[in-house]
Amino acid sequence: MAGVAVSTTINGDNVEYLCQPDETLLEVLRDRLGLTGTKEGCGTGDCGACSIILDSRLVCSCLVLGAEAEGRRVETIEGMAHGERLHPLQQKFLEHAALQCGICTPGFLIAAKDLLAKNPDPTEEEIRFGLAGNLCRCTGYDKIVRAVQDAASVMKAA
Amino acid sequence: MRYIRPLSMEDAVGLIAGSTGTAAILAGGSDLLVRMKGGFIEPDLIVDIKAIEGLSEIRETAEGFSIGAAVSCAVLGENTALQEGWPGVVEAARLIGSKQIQGRCTIVGNLCNASPAADSVPALVVAGAQASIVGPKGRRTAPVETLPVGPGKTSLAKGEIIEAILLANRLPRSGDAYLRFIPRTEMDIAVVSTGVNLRLDEEGVIVGARLALGAAAPTVLLVEDAAEVLIGSKLDEGTLEKLAKVCSGACRPIDDKRGTVEFRRKVAGVLARRAATTAYIRAGGK
Amino acid sequence: MGFDPSYLHRNFTSIGTRPIRPDGIDKVTGRARYGADFNMAGQLVGRILRSPHAHATIRKIDTSKAEKLAGVKAVITAADLPDLTDGDSAMYDILDNCMARKKALYDGHAVAAVAAVDARTAKQALKLVKVDYEVLPHVTDVDEAMKDAAPLLHAGVFTEGVEPRPGKPSNVPKRTQYGHGDVESGFGQADFIVERSFKTEQTHQGYIEPHACVANLSPDGTADLWVCTQGHFVYRQHCAQLLGLDVSKLRVTSSEIGGGFGGKTHVWAEPVALALSRKAGRPVKLVMTRDEVFRASGPTSATSIDVRIGARKDGTIIAAEATLRYSSGAYGGMWAELGAMTAFACYRLENVRTVGYEVLVNRPKTAAYRAPSAPMAAFAVESVVDELAKQIGIDAVEFRIKNAAQEGTRSSYGPIYGPIGIGPTLEAVKNHPHMKAPLGENQGRGMACGFWFNFGGQTCTDLNIGMDGTVSLAVGTVDVGGSRASLSLVAAEELGIDYGQVKAVVADTSSLGYNDMTDGSRGTFSSSMATISAARNAISVLRERAAQMWDIPVDEVAWEKGHAIAKGEKHGNLGRLWLKEIAAASAKTGGPIAGHSELVADGAGVSFATHICDIEVDPETGATKVLRYTVVQDAGKAVHPTYVEGQYQGGAAQGIGWALNEEYIYGKDGRLQNPGFLDYRIPVCSDLPMIETQILEIPNPNHPYGVRGVGETSIVPPLAAIANAVSNAVGVRMTHIPMSPPRILAALETGGKV
Repeated sequence: MAGVAVSTTINGDNVEYLCQPDETLLEVLRDRLGLTGTKEGCGTGDCGACSIILDSRLVCSCLVLGAEAEGRRVETIEGMAHGERLHPLQQKFLEHAALQCGICTPGFLIAAKDLLAKNPDPTEEEIRFGLAGNLCRCTGYDKIVRAVQDAASVMKAA
Repeated sequence: MRYIRPLSMEDAVGLIAGSTGTAAILAGGSDLLVRMKGGFIEPDLIVDIKAIEGLSEIRETAEGFSIGAAVSCAVLGENTALQEGWPGVVEAARLIGSKQIQGRCTIVGNLCNASPAADSVPALVVAGAQASIVGPKGRRTAPVETLPVGPGKTSLAKGEIIEAILLANRLPRSGDAYLRFIPRTEMDIAVVSTGVNLRLDEEGVIVGARLALGAAAPTVLLVEDAAEVLIGSKLDEGTLEKLAKVCSGACRPIDDKRGTVEFRRKVAGVLARRAATTAYIRAGGK
Repeated sequence: MGFDPSYLHRNFTSIGTRPIRPDGIDKVTGRARYGADFNMAGQLVGRILRSPHAHATIRKIDTSKAEKLAGVKAVITAADLPDLTDGDSAMYDILDNCMARKKALYDGHAVAAVAAVDARTAKQALKLVKVDYEVLPHVTDVDEAMKDAAPLLHAGVFTEGVEPRPGKPSNVPKRTQYGHGDVESGFGQADFIVERSFKTEQTHQGYIEPHACVANLSPDGTADLWVCTQGHFVYRQHCAQLLGLDVSKLRVTSSEIGGGFGGKTHVWAEPVALALSRKAGRPVKLVMTRDEVFRASGPTSATSIDVRIGARKDGTIIAAEATLRYSSGAYGGMWAELGAMTAFACYRLENVRTVGYEVLVNRPKTAAYRAPSAPMAAFAVESVVDELAKQIGIDAVEFRIKNAAQEGTRSSYGPIYGPIGIGPTLEAVKNHPHMKAPLGENQGRGMACGFWFNFGGQTCTDLNIGMDGTVSLAVGTVDVGGSRASLSLVAAEELGIDYGQVKAVVADTSSLGYNDMTDGSRGTFSSSMATISAARNAISVLRERAAQMWDIPVDEVAWEKGHAIAKGEKHGNLGRLWLKEIAAASAKTGGPIAGHSELVADGAGVSFATHICDIEVDPETGATKVLRYTVVQDAGKAVHPTYVEGQYQGGAAQGIGWALNEEYIYGKDGRLQNPGFLDYRIPVCSDLPMIETQILEIPNPNHPYGVRGVGETSIVPPLAAIANAVSNAVGVRMTHIPMSPPRILAALETGGKV
């Protein structure tokens, strides 16, 4: 198999890599680029742990080929905080204890960021349906929903 | 394996038609990559059609809408003209998978995957949607319901690629709706589903009707008898009862991990009644 | 360590507060390292070949083609994991489960493994391993497996606990019995008797992180294992024994763990990874796919349970009995026994008898799942209790209050209870506004109680004080959901310092003495005890050093709120020495200051909960919607209340999923049909309401602060609470879990007689 040369932007940085044609973007991020914050829970798009933003769209990186990232913009959990300053969602997840084991957390944060970008003032129901593509097995979602609600109000006030 | 991103339909068709091994078309990839991961398909060639001009657009023409094969359901769902014209089609497309899947999946992919449970297909069938197909022998259109011929199988010839789905302009006093049953509130495949498209006269009497069932047979099931029941009625309780019975009777479902034969039969009737009611209201009926 | 009653009235400074967890930042920024996030230089990729058959003799395995594939560095079969278990049958089962020796016993059973330079090569190599199977008849259903004509999984299994010993082998390795009194005479005195049979399907813990490890075994017999586990010391014992390594030469480091719930208490792939590394002479990374997790890790039991309860007209339960059959997968276990022990634990019963049967089936080996075995037993018992209350004409909560166990009650499994929380949780439920909220059409409210034992076990903790006065706390109990925060609070409380001055870490197996794993709700209970002990030991060193600095006898130095004070008038001018000052001087007063603790944390308090649930049922489709959910549970003392609430909510959510939609579905061919999150349907965010919690604090007399384990009990009541709610909503008694829409609709159509 011949490798595919890809030039892309990840968290604002220009990145070039060579990947196999059947390699997923998730594999590229984790195994080639060392960006292990994006998690693999299922590899089939059913759990949302590998959520990233690809050109302003929330996607599962396990269902994107590495080759498809050519010329596009990729945002991962590693790009969410600005230096020392956490994103309000990250801060609120900590304050509300919206994580227990934390394996789903990067995916939830990315999905919640996308949700609030498109709907800055969501109802509880909109949050619940908006995050239905992300599985959490620890929290029962209660504290996650509350953290997103709190972050939304902080972000609106800012 | 090779990954190629052609810039024209002609190149894409040429690549697929000329391939010797297994060739796969990649638009959203939400079915293809899952099948690759599970080892169910090992393509020798992947043709990514997203860079082909026009395929990622929804065009409004004099006749109606042309939805490009690479338009994600998220983009489709944000199109206000389409939402107004074909709310049933839009709601069906929006039910495919999670937010994450919506960012990638396409209605053409949903159609070509040829699952009997595909959400968008019953809605497209009752809408009278046509597929615009490009192949080695040129361009043709075909009604959507002729595409799936069995689970995982389509009527497309080697080298043929669907470039767009065509929807006519919405006729006055008409409306469509789609409903499915899933065990959870999200993230499931339809256990059974119903698409309905109705047209009324000025008195609110149904003069045109199409009803299709999903996950009720090996392919989407256009229930002609249901149309017969509906036409001429104002969707009174008696009609709805009859409709439910006809739809339950029309099912040829199976027992599987998602539901039983009895359950699918019963719920097909329930959904038909509910979807018809929504479509009737959308058409302006009271 | 006994409960110190002075704490009852003590104003805690740190305990009971809700600070941000120390490992939080890494987890919200993607920096935390889980099982699959770690790599070693030169590592290979390991993959496991699994049986597609539910039951088959392995005639021959030909690995020669796979070995010849370029990039393949090792191929192993059971022959590469020789039997070193020396008659230890439990270890032999683990060995055989890690790699099938003579027979494949379930769909997904490992039969061979490869290590290759990359994932693609490894995948290709698996296809080149040729296994010659002789397919055998199989059985996957618990009741079918007990029948005389059922295919036998092991020819040498004769039921234990039956007199005389059976002459014929069977799929029932063990029968157990619990109870007291005379059940038959009890039923003779009953005015009302309800008897029903129930089934529950097999579920999986459903942790989002698949099993993952990196193994490195050197020719000199030393080894490193990085792994996501609930107990790295236990993994070390098991791996060392199976691989023939010296325990101390195998260092196991527990990664951050992406959920376990009992499922990461057992080795599966780790011995295989070590064996691959030994053969290849290179590190090997082995990560299970989601499909493998479902097919070949350790789901819970499927069950078949009969319950009979009799009561007098006045609402006194006079007799209770249950027969519980629990599938244990392809190897024996003690799952039915736990069901038999817990079934009636909530009640004060004169006459009670439970009988458990462990049942072998061609399914993966059952592992623990949060309060293992209790939810199914509670489902059956609490359903019958509700039905009995209705027959007598007494309110379901009052009926339970009347019969609730209390201090001094002899439990149905033997011991006499100390102070317990079942009565208080029921009283709290009775007075909860949720019980009075109005309900609409097709809506129903149900409630149910649950019990779990909790465990203490071996625990070892080190507390080291830095020269700057900050404290590092090394624990060996894996943090599955916030215990580093709780233990830091405990250290801060004891030392009288700020939470922020303590940094807790989970130490590897070479840095600390043996610790039991995080199971039995023991994490915070046992490690807080060890932390208290270690802190108190450190305080005695701090007092000695202060005494030295002041040049006074140590017994004249006391420790108070983070500083040493000299006791008595004669030292009036000495002032006080802060921990920081003592630490800064430590190099001159005797070197590093530390406190250690090695103990067996006896006296874990039993735990009770009562849940309330409102359900709406769509009578036309059988669809359910959970409208409102409330958990009331005794925590003894909530160290970090937010994480206690989290345990209550998480357990309830898992129970709700189990009750409504989760199940293993096997085909006639004995293959698992839904090994993925698409069709193994755990609750998604939009399936659930907020989950209200109420923490009660009835101190555990065996812990200095009164702490009880809180992790597991919350999964026990939901199955029954929801079944009772469905019954109250639409009038059908659901006896088969999960209550999926097809089952509810079928029950509605037949009036509940399914």
